[in-house]
Amino acid sequence: MKRLFLLFFFLNIVLAVNAQKFMTKNGFIGFFSHTSMEDVKGDNNQVVGALDISTGEMVFQALNKSFHFDRALMEEHFNENYIESDKYPKSVFKGKITNLSSVDFSKNGIYNVTVEGDLTIHDVTNKISTKGTLEVISGGINANSKFNIVPEDYKISIPGVVREKINKNLEVTVTMKYTPIANK
Amino acid sequence: MRRLSLTFLLALITLGVFAQDDLMKLLNQSASKEINYTTATFKSTRIMNGHSIERMPPGQLDVRISHRFGMINSGVYNFFGLDQSNIHLSLEYGILKWLMVGVGRGSYEKTFDGFVKFSVLRQSSGARVMPVSVSVVTSAALKSIKFTDQTRTNYFTSRLAYVGQILIARKISQGLSLQLSPSYIHRNLVATELDPNDVYAIGAGGRLKISKRISLNGEYYYVANPKTYLSQHIYNPLSVGFDIETGGHVFQLFFTNSLGMIEKAFIGETTSQWKNGGIHFGFNISRVFTLKKHEKPANY
Repeated sequence: MKRLFLLFFFLNIVLAVNAQKFMTKNGFIGFFSHTSMEDVKGDNNQVVGALDISTGEMVFQALNKSFHFDRALMEEHFNENYIESDKYPKSVFKGKITNLSSVDFSKNGIYNVTVEGDLTIHDVTNKISTKGTLEVISGGINANSKFNIVPEDYKISIPGVVREKINKNLEVTVTMKYTPIANK
Repeated sequence: MRRLSLTFLLALITLGVFAQDDLMKLLNQSASKEINYTTATFKSTRIMNGHSIERMPPGQLDVRISHRFGMINSGVYNFFGLDQSNIHLSLEYGILKWLMVGVGRGSYEKTFDGFVKFSVLRQSSGARVMPVSVSVVTSAALKSIKFTDQTRTNYFTSRLAYVGQILIARKISQGLSLQLSPSYIHRNLVATELDPNDVYAIGAGGRLKISKRISLNGEYYYVANPKTYLSQHIYNPLSVGFDIETGGHVFQLFFTNSLGMIEKAFIGETTSQWKNGGIHFGFNISRVFTLKKHEKPANY
């Protein structure tokens, strides 16, 4: 029994090492809010993300201070009043592609995927599920997705005076251009 | 068989957990250590009367309207000073990330003023640790009020005064920021021989956040020159009040014993004191306009 366990344990390691992992250090995550009064757009081009195509695991990590806005004041308010970057410097997503079998990583093309996982913003974790695409290209994988989040779900309070200027739903865009990483 | 499948299940779970931790570890390794600059040490480019280390970001225009009312001890007849008002208007603009300029006009002695403020050090943590932010302000003031003594030869240069300040601030926590401001003022012409042309002072100021958008601010300047044998007694200016931020506006409401709204005036020419109610109610309104879109970082 012990031997068997050990066997599987080693098998695990072998599997994990052979797992094909893809990564990016300059992924894009942006959010956008449109109201008749004001458009708010925050873009982060320095998102680190990794994808394990053997398991479908997907993780992103964005530094909140790396979100940039057209207006410097918006950026200050984002960091100071809303996301509180000093207290909560990172936003993190940990998830998994649920229909991994429908993606053929050996053939170039665009595949529709569903991703489920935990999104942590402002120290609040919510389960999200979103549709997106994986584009298998030679020498890499591109991932794209769009989904909505509600700031209040993440305990980000927006005061009455500016509530009208920020849409109830923020549209989040994710664009990752992964490249394979060498196995360790 | 059952045991085998159990082991297998266990093994699979281990695999899953292992994989995700592994991916996170991968991210953390590759996330380059960045310099985390401290932002918003103060809400505005002024603590109350005096400059804070903050600058306008590039492309942003700050339109400031400031009032200082009369003295509270002037009684009901003057509606506790609110019947009178001194005004200062200014336009201030961020040119570079570390450089801002401003021009203004105040009703006190009909003064035109201009300043240049630049950042020398920025408080940061992470890849580079810097305990304080340091900014330097130099300003000049031109009083355009008619000379009291029209009989003597009055030179244009007699209207000028200059100020240099080094501002050293630290955002100690999210809620508390403190600043020291050694200051030097040179007046080309002073009222009498008793009054010094050069004034040395050190300012101390701070803010304590009460909520995300409201902070309690205080500011005090200690004037180092002896204040006894002057033609007019001057006092150290003390200001206490609140910053209230609403979107693009910052309102600063406070009480102060000085009437002037530029360094030369409130540091060197404060003639009333808190003790006997020589206090002015005052406010600054700052409205920021974006003239040029925010510059994205170089690697953007």
